[in-house]
Formats: sequence, structure tokens, C-alpha cells
Amino acid sequence: MSLRIVVTVKYVPDATGDRHFADDLTVDRDDVDGLLSELDEYAVEQALQIAEGRRQGGDDAEVTVLTVGPEDAKDALRKALSMGADKGIHVEDDDLHGTDAIGTSLVLAKAIEKAGYDLVVSGMASTDGTMGVVPALVAERLGVPQVTLLSEVSVEDGVVTGRRDGDTASEQLQASLPAVVSVTDQSGEARYPSFKGIMAAKKKPVQSWDLSDLGIEAEEVGLEGARTVVESAAERPARTAGTIVKDEGEGGKQLAEYLASQKFI
Amino acid sequence: MAEVLVYVDHVDGAVRKPTLELLTLARRIGEPVAVALGGGAGDTAAALAEHGAARVLTDDAAEYADYLVVPKVDALQAAVAAVSPAAVLVPSSTEGKEIAARLALRLGSGVITDAVDLEAGGEGPVATQSVFAASYTTKSRVSKGTPVITVKPNSVSVEPAPAAGSVEALSVTFSEQATGTKVISRTARESTGRPELTEAAIVVSGGRGVNGAENFSLIEGLADSLGAAVGASRAAVDAGWYPHSNQVGQTGKSVSPQLYIANGISGAIQHRAGMQTSKTIVAVNKDAEAPIFDLVDYGVVGDLFQVVPQLTEEIKARKG
Ligand SMILES: Cc1cc2nc3c(=O)[nH]c(=O)nc-3n(C[C@H](O)[C@H](O)[C@H](O)COP(=O)(O)OP(=O)(O)OC[C@H]3O[C@@H](n4cnc5c(N)ncnc54)[C@H](O)[C@@H]3O)c2cc1C
Ligand SMILES: Cc1cc2nc3c(=O)[nH]c(=O)nc-3n(C[C@H](O)[C@H](O)[C@H](O)COP(=O)(O)OP(=O)(O)OC[C@H]3O[C@@H](n4cnc5c(N)ncnc54)[C@H](O)[C@@H]3O)c2cc1C
Repeated sequence: MSLRIVVTVKYVPDATGDRHFADDLTVDRDDVDGLLSELDEYAVEQALQIAEGRRQGGDDAEVTVLTVGPEDAKDALRKALSMGADKGIHVEDDDLHGTDAIGTSLVLAKAIEKAGYDLVVSGMASTDGTMGVVPALVAERLGVPQVTLLSEVSVEDGVVTGRRDGDTASEQLQASLPAVVSVTDQSGEARYPSFKGIMAAKKKPVQSWDLSDLGIEAEEVGLEGARTVVESAAERPARTAGTIVKDEGEGGKQLAEYLASQKFI
Repeated sequence: MAEVLVYVDHVDGAVRKPTLELLTLARRIGEPVAVALGGGAGDTAAALAEHGAARVLTDDAAEYADYLVVPKVDALQAAVAAVSPAAVLVPSSTEGKEIAARLALRLGSGVITDAVDLEAGGEGPVATQSVFAASYTTKSRVSKGTPVITVKPNSVSVEPAPAAGSVEALSVTFSEQATGTKVISRTARESTGRPELTEAAIVVSGGRGVNGAENFSLIEGLADSLGAAVGASRAAVDAGWYPHSNQVGQTGKSVSPQLYIANGISGAIQHRAGMQTSKTIVAVNKDAEAPIFDLVDYGVVGDLFQVVPQLTEEIKARKG
């Protein structure tokens, strides 16, 4: 049997660009370039490694990348396909505008079920919302184990094992498939797409689904379905320019004087 | 007065500071009821009572340590059913956020993560978030069901407020999913004797400019002279100079101390995401053009190998 892996990948505004909110207090996507969330590259990488391991052992595996987002989100799929994923699914619908984390997890869970899966691999957090909750929510919805925030992951004989480095301890975790996994940026550098990979990606199938394909009502998602509202968003005032001194032998002493003046010493 | 559930983060009965901060915030919106789970849960009561917990609901089942996240969600769900709170507050740790989100989904409500402030509002508690690497400040609220909100450490200063803190056993029936993910082993992080990074009032960090694991003793020396925690940039962590548990930034810890001192750190957006809300920011960097200088209250353009030892000596001398 082929191991069916679904990787969830998010299309996000470039963090090095000038990110803004639009008038309806959702993310302004027009003013800044989007890309595949860098933290999801680690998820794609681990999924590809798990699939490659299976194939070397004579078994089969298939890696599907899934995104929920506007038209441009196809770019995120292309990047993942050029890294080596087999096919893509794009969930796009105008009614998705303004969906919150709970709504996003509904759409992802329905699409994952429709696609068919043994293993879901996600990033540790998106680089825009940075909540780090969607994988746990998807696991809750699918009713399967969550094995999240792994810095090391392996899958063997229908069991996923991984290491989770928490605040106070490092834990070794284990669960039976099907399961939802999320991986951190400590899990291993993501590969760069090769020229061959980029060319091959153009021919790989990408399915497009909308809400009706997933049996989701418009009012369950989007701004209307959101269970959170943003009441205001204000750009943080620029910090008032600080004092900058050049070290000419006394820099450490000058800094100590400043710290003392601020009562830190 | 409406009750507010506060999830207690503790290690074998020792309550961690972010929970005391939550109790302080909870009192702005109602009467705090604490939920303490796992080994030592009962031992938390005195500290919680001292900080305003009217009641402490405890359950010390082994499941909380033996399985990941879900048993704790089951317990909070049981507590919500027993108390009907106006809101549920959870510390913004990685685990706390997962617990909060799953709870909100079960309650048919919404979740807000990483709040940095909280106030009562006409339509329920209003949370302040600091987003896009702290370049925006937003105010949000949960619009359906019982609000579940996670709050970042160091968002408020702890104010003691003695309350009854009566201990009651919480009765929890574990869901089928509770035992899905086994914790097969756990290695506690060794204590360095320094303050915990996310809780520290002062953080001293080193980056690629520190140029080697052995040189981190300079950073540690400065930290110790100030009673501070030690942080590191991802470049320093990736090079193997300092443990990942000390990384500050988007994929490391997010810190918000009174004072942050960045040494040999350029100030990339992902690093800034984890420290930009620090009250006072100081940097030592030999490159006058480094973006970190855009953030600082005080900056020294210079070689950290000259500046940091001199600073450490001067602090020691002043402290006598
Ligand atoms: C600045 C900001 C603040 C926000 N605050 C809140 C809030 O407090 N509460 C709330 O409910 N919503 C909030 N949102 C909305 C929320 O971020 C989105 O709904 C989002 O789709 C889910 O959360 P996340 O991006 O934080 O994902 P995370 O939980 O951080 O993402 C983890 C992983 O889930 C997967 N994933 C997430 N989204 C998608 C997607 N669209 N397609 C495919 N895979 C995906 C990826 O694998 C990703 O690595 C906020 C958004 C922004 C931009
Ligand atoms: C998805 C993603 C997530 C990331 N998450 C994080 C994160 O959580 N935390 C994080 O820190 N980074 C993170 N990064 C990496 C980030 O983009 C930067 O690469 C990193 O912060 C750079 O670290 P640095 O400032 O130490 O190194 P550099 O950018 O190389 O800067 C070194 C600085 O040291 C100065 N210097 C050198 N020698 C001396 C000397 N003798 N005296 C004084 N100054 C000196 C130099 O002038 C320079 O400014 C992430 C990146 C990505 C893509």
C-alpha cells in the first residue's frame, strides 16, 4: 500500500517586505509579494524524506501538497512541487476571505479527508499569523493523534516517532497512523528545487476545489464565520531614535553609565 | 462576579511566573479560578491563593504526563462545564497555544494567541496583540462562545492579592483521543542557575559576531553581572555555539524583558520578531549600518570583544 502524505503549505506575505492591514483589518496582500511560508519548506522536506525512505524500502508513497488561499497561492504549491512533491491541491473561494484559525482548520480537515491520507505534515507556525495552532486543530477535527513541533521525525510500520523540544523538557513521542505531524526548523535544512525539479513541477497535476466541493457552507468560514474579530490595527510608532556612540576605548564604560542612568545597575 | 478560568503552568507543583501574570490579568475581567493538572497539582494552591485564585481545581491523573496535550484539553473542557467561565486564559507556551486552540474548537468558540494585554470590554475581554514582528498593534476579541486567550509571558507585572484558594477535585473523563500520542521518554532541561529566558527581566544575547562557542563565556559573564538570562541568535545556534533552547526570535523564544542587550547581532526581521517588544533595547555591533541600531535606545558601534568585557567590569565595579 502506498503511504499517502498530505503536506499543508501556506502562502504568506514576504516577511522582509512592508506588511500591512487592509481597510477591513485583514492582511493586505496586494502591496507585498507572497511566497511559500519558509517554515513549511521544512514540512515539505520531511515529507519528501519519509516518502524517499519508503521507496528505498520497496514500498510506495505519494506526497500531496495542499494550500488554502487566493489565486496567487498556487505559487506556494509550485515551489513545493518543484522541491519534489507529486501533486497539489488548491482550495480557493472568495468566501474564504478573512477566515480565522478555527475556520482554516475546517477547510484543511475537509480537504485532507477528501484527498485521502495516512499522514499529514505541517509547519510549526506560519510566518504571518504565527499562531502555531492549525496542526493541533486539524488533528482535533480529524480525530487522529497530533505529534507536533518535532525537531526529529521518523515513520516506520505505521508508527510515527519524533522528538519535541519543549520549554522545560525534551520529549520522545509516538503515535499510530493516521496522524498529524508538525515539524520545526530544527528538523533539517530544506532542499533547493533543482532546474529539473522546476521543469517537472510544471507538468504535475494541481486540483482546484472550492467550498461546495468540500461541503462547507459560506457562513462557516470567512469574516462572517470567524469567531474572532479584529477591532483595530495600528502601526507601531517608530521608536524614537536612540543614542548611538562610537567606541573609542570607553564604549563599555559609556554603556554602563547609560544602564546606571536607567537604573539597571 | 463572573469567574475566569486560568490554566496553571507548573513544574511538580512549582507555579511558573506566567501563570501568576495570568491571575493578575484575570482579576480585571472577573474572579480567577485556577486549574492545576498533573503531579504536584495540589501543591500549587498556596501560591495561586496568594495571587488571587478564589478556587483551585486539581486533578493529578498520570495521563497528563504520559500523553501529549489532549488529556489537558479534556480537563479544561470539564472545568468549563463545571464553572461556565466568562473566559479561559492559558499561558502562551507552544503547548499552551495548542491546548487553547483545541479547547476553543470543542467549545464552539474562538481563540486568540499571544496577547500582550487584556482588558474588560462591552462585548467580552479585548486582547492586544503585537503582530508582524511587532510592527503592528491589534485589538481583537472572540465573537462567539467562551473566549479562549493565550497571553505572552512578561505582559503584565505580577500583583499579589490574597484569596481563598479553596482546593477542589476536578472530575475528568478522558476522551478517546486522549491516549493517542504517547510520551515515551522525557528529559528535563538542565538548570543553568540563570533566570528562565522568557521570564527574565534582563536578557543578554549573542549572535554570529560572538564568533565561537568558547567566546559565549563573555556573554554569560555580562549576563551574570546583571542577573540576566542568556539568549542567542539563530546564526549562533545553527553554528552550534549555544543551545537551541536559548534562541530568541520567530522560531525560538519570544522575550519581552525590561532590558535586552544584543551583542554581535544584525537584527534580521526574524530575530526582531522575538525581542522587539523589549522595553529598553541596547546593542553592541561593529557595523554602524546594522538594522538592530534602528531599534535601540542606546547603541555602541564597536568591537564586542572590547566593549563587553569593559562593560562587565564596570558593572561589577559599580555594584561593588
Ligand atoms: C497578524 C495576524 C494575527 C492573527 N491572529 C489570529 C487570532 O488571534 N485568532 C485567529 O483565529 N486567527 C488569527 N489570524 C488568522 C490566522 O492566522 C489564519 O486564519 C491562518 O490561516 C491560521 O493561522 P496561522 O496562519 O497562524 O497558522 P499556524 O497555526 O501558525 O500554521 C501552522 C501550519 O498550519 C498550516 N497552515 C496554516 N494555514 C494554512 C493555509 N491557509 N493553507 C495551508 N496550510 C496552512 C501550515 O502547515 C502552517 O505551517 C491572524 C492572522 C494574522 C495575519
Ligand atoms: C523562517 C526563518 C526563521 C528564523 N528564525 C530566527 C530566529 O528565531 N531567531 C534568529 O535570531 N534568527 C532567525 N532566523 C535567521 C535570521 O534571518 C538571521 O539569519 C539571523 O538572525 C542572523 O543572526 P546574527 O544577527 O547573529 O548574524 P548576522 O546577521 O551574520 O550578524 C552578525 C552581526 O555581528 C556583527 N559583528 C561581527 N563581529 C563583531 C564583533 N567583533 N563585534 C561586534 N559586532 C560584530 C556584524 O556586524 C553583524 O551585524 C530565521 C530565518 C528564517 C528564514
